[in-house]
Amino acid sequence: MRAILLLATAALATGPLAAQSMAGMQMPGMAMPASPAKPHAATPLKKKAASARKPVAAPPHRHQAHDAMGGMDMAAPQPSPGADSAPADQAMPGMTMPGAQAAQPGHDMQHDMAAMPGMAPSPAAAGTDLPPGDAPPPPVRHDRSADAFYGAPAMAEAEARMMGAHGGSTYHQILFNLAEYQAQRGRNAYRWSGEAWIGGDLDRLVVKSEGEGAFGRSVESADVQALYSRAIDPYWNLQAGLRQAFLPGPNRPYAVLAIEGLAPYWVETEASLFLSSKGDLLARAEAYHDQRITEQLVLQPRAELNFAAQTVRANRIGAGLSDAELGLRLRYEFAREFAPYVGLSWERRVGRTARLERDAGEKAGGIRFVTGLRFWF
Amino acid sequence: MAGGGAVLASVSPGWAALVSSGMTAPIPELGGEDIALRIARQTVTVDGRAMPAIGINGNVPAPLLRLREGQRVRLHVRNELDEETSLHWHGLILPTQMDGVPGVSFPGIKPHSDFTYDFPIVQAGTYWYHSHSGFQELMGLYGPIVIAPAAEDPIKADREHVIMLSDHSRIDPHAVYAKLKQEPGYFNRQHQTLAGLIAGRDQPLSERLRWAGMRMDPTDISDVTGSVFTYVVNGHGPEENWTALFRPGERVRLRFINAAGMTIFNVRIPGLRLTMVHADGQAIRPIEVDEFQFGPGETYDVIVTPVEDRAFTIVGEAIDRSGMARATLAPRPGMSAPIPPLRARPLATMRDMGMDMSGMSHGGGDMGNMAGMDMGHMDHGSASPPAEAPMASMKMRDQRNAPAVTLGPGVQTIAPMPVDRTGEPGQGLGDASHKVLTYRDLVSPEPNPDVRAPARAIEVHLTGNMERYMWSIDGRTMAEAHDPILMRAGERVRVTLINDTMMTHPIHLHGHLFELVTGHGDHAPRKHTVNVAPGGKVSFDVTALPGDWAFHCHMFFHMAAGMMRIVQVRPMAGEVA
Repeated sequence: MRAILLLATAALATGPLAAQSMAGMQMPGMAMPASPAKPHAATPLKKKAASARKPVAAPPHRHQAHDAMGGMDMAAPQPSPGADSAPADQAMPGMTMPGAQAAQPGHDMQHDMAAMPGMAPSPAAAGTDLPPGDAPPPPVRHDRSADAFYGAPAMAEAEARMMGAHGGSTYHQILFNLAEYQAQRGRNAYRWSGEAWIGGDLDRLVVKSEGEGAFGRSVESADVQALYSRAIDPYWNLQAGLRQAFLPGPNRPYAVLAIEGLAPYWVETEASLFLSSKGDLLARAEAYHDQRITEQLVLQPRAELNFAAQTVRANRIGAGLSDAELGLRLRYEFAREFAPYVGLSWERRVGRTARLERDAGEKAGGIRFVTGLRFWF
Repeated sequence: MAGGGAVLASVSPGWAALVSSGMTAPIPELGGEDIALRIARQTVTVDGRAMPAIGINGNVPAPLLRLREGQRVRLHVRNELDEETSLHWHGLILPTQMDGVPGVSFPGIKPHSDFTYDFPIVQAGTYWYHSHSGFQELMGLYGPIVIAPAAEDPIKADREHVIMLSDHSRIDPHAVYAKLKQEPGYFNRQHQTLAGLIAGRDQPLSERLRWAGMRMDPTDISDVTGSVFTYVVNGHGPEENWTALFRPGERVRLRFINAAGMTIFNVRIPGLRLTMVHADGQAIRPIEVDEFQFGPGETYDVIVTPVEDRAFTIVGEAIDRSGMARATLAPRPGMSAPIPPLRARPLATMRDMGMDMSGMSHGGGDMGNMAGMDMGHMDHGSASPPAEAPMASMKMRDQRNAPAVTLGPGVQTIAPMPVDRTGEPGQGLGDASHKVLTYRDLVSPEPNPDVRAPARAIEVHLTGNMERYMWSIDGRTMAEAHDPILMRAGERVRVTLINDTMMTHPIHLHGHLFELVTGHGDHAPRKHTVNVAPGGKVSFDVTALPGDWAFHCHMFFHMAAGMMRIVQVRPMAGEVA
């Protein structure tokens, strides 16, 4: 077999140009150098396609390279080049026939073997088959080739702008995940939760706000946070800043430390610690997931938990888990930015907080029908 | 045909009008040694919809520049925009200061000012030119270049057509980019849904949970899709049916150029086999295929010989199957052929994450995968990883798998086992029932001009985080990386591009033609732009030419996000090393 192969490749020694002189080939547009047509060149195209062997198209040294690897155990089926095609047929090196390729998954192997870096190259290997050397890189030069043509000042300015335009831009977004009306046995209330940010990929200024209240009364509880946000890994941002809360009782500023990001299973997650100017420590955890039912219809389960390290009687907050909120909202995205929704929200003050609320004549919670608009811009 | 002295006259853009029965007007042409190009805002109408655009001499796409190898060309550019502009000559070998990248090769062309590019034409083939400033290219500031060989063209054809595919956004590209930064999946309208799960479509539940656990979306094939793009041929939408004429039996040369801002196209002409004769303007041994995939920046010359007296549809299907560019090849104007429906969109696989262990036992097409492996430890018959292979970790994001990468928030994954996928037909085409071109099919008919072994090797990681819409090279954006990739003038270097992301990136090196390392020795195909498959890697050998050269992903939003570097080659001519 090898002998036939070498015979076939020897026929190619005239080089690739001669190899293209397939007068009978129906290669539209190809210039066929005038050379005597071989008798077999008149074979129909299809048959040639089936019998053409790419390896044979390669210069002889490839096969030598392959031979040098004879000890390798090739996992893929390997057609024996030349075994099922006459040498004459193989003298078509320039013609790589697609049909043949599709049918022979293993046929590329001979090429690749020669190309494998790390293998001792055959002495006849050339060009891209050769392994790279280990020359050292040139020394760093802090200059610009264009300075010589356009002057350093113009290029320095242009370079700074180019840098900024390729990874250094600023973006912003204002997103209200909740902006809704809540109905609960004769009580008409509202609720919002939103976030705005401005900045680059890693460093951003974030403003968050959430709150609720009943129509016709003052806001029940609300807060506004202004945070510096820093990306700390592909999914998570570390945030620090200030929070102003508007709660029942005296309002105080808080220092905030928060982590916000995307948890596995596509759960948007946020956990915050709030330390008041009086030393009270509060915490909040929030998570939601957007489950696409169709491309436009999205179901969002959401949970929010608030905790306190101590009882803050003035704000009617009890130590431990103070309140929980579970929601299920179904939205329709007319546009990604504009999605009205309906849903249910279950809210409950818990433990000592619930007692403090009841003492103040408020309800400890309940289930509410909600309807609102998720929007961003 | 406008040429020579008539170039100053602006060509009437009458072909931009909507003609439902198909339009045959080719892109207007300019030629000669002095060419005047006036860049200005204008409106284009695509499929009946008026869109703001930027054109040249009143044309979108910009005029075809028809040049001849060996000539010299002076391109007198007048910028009538209120912003800086530039023109880059994509694929041309020219002096670095004429390459047209603001901040790299020249200062840019200031608003309402002039600049003259002046360089010799040293090559032949199909190329193109486009703005390298902001998102002007996405607004239509691109055009074809066809250079005739100095001698007789060895490729004979009875007629030829330029087929320039692109994507025109129905909203301002800056707004498109901003939305991607706000919500990276914004334009994907082909997510996996609960309804799809119930209907038995796409991944089964266990797979969906596995991918959700990794925070990976297998439907994330294209960032920007047909939901906002109209895909165009020579500036015309599918409904306009731009038509290329032929006489039955003629050999027709189609010069395909992917001038899209963000779209990889799958190209086919149902009923015709495509004989590929040029890749990126360079001759290849003719190969017949039924389909090819090409990324922004790539060009292919194709010969077709339609013998029947009927129309054929030229299909340029977006890689995510969210839309198509459509034109018609017909014996007479006003004809059309059936338009094949969009095929099902592909889903990314573990292989696209560079985590496919089974790739080890695939057929011959995968043997090149082992380029980075220690052959001494290879067990070819087994799918198990070699015990002492350098890839110590199969984790999705392990510094040991890419020591040179800055593993910051912008790097979501490092492909643990990137494989050479140049023997594959491109994402989503692996199961095609007909022949699809692969990079390994490309073979240069002539020996390569430089057949030296590379003096050294460089690894370049293509990195990103789809959740933050961040794109970078080696984990750093262009804005962060002031350190160029260094080469010596005349030095032969092997560059290996490793795609650590789950998207295909068309990587373009300015001012050079490089040889793909695909097992063809000194007959390697020469290219200026190469698609690197997700989880894949591609090596090329290049002989460095003096200057500063942009080196970047040709998805414009990826480049704008930072997936770019400068290749600095010294010494300059006449300079001491």
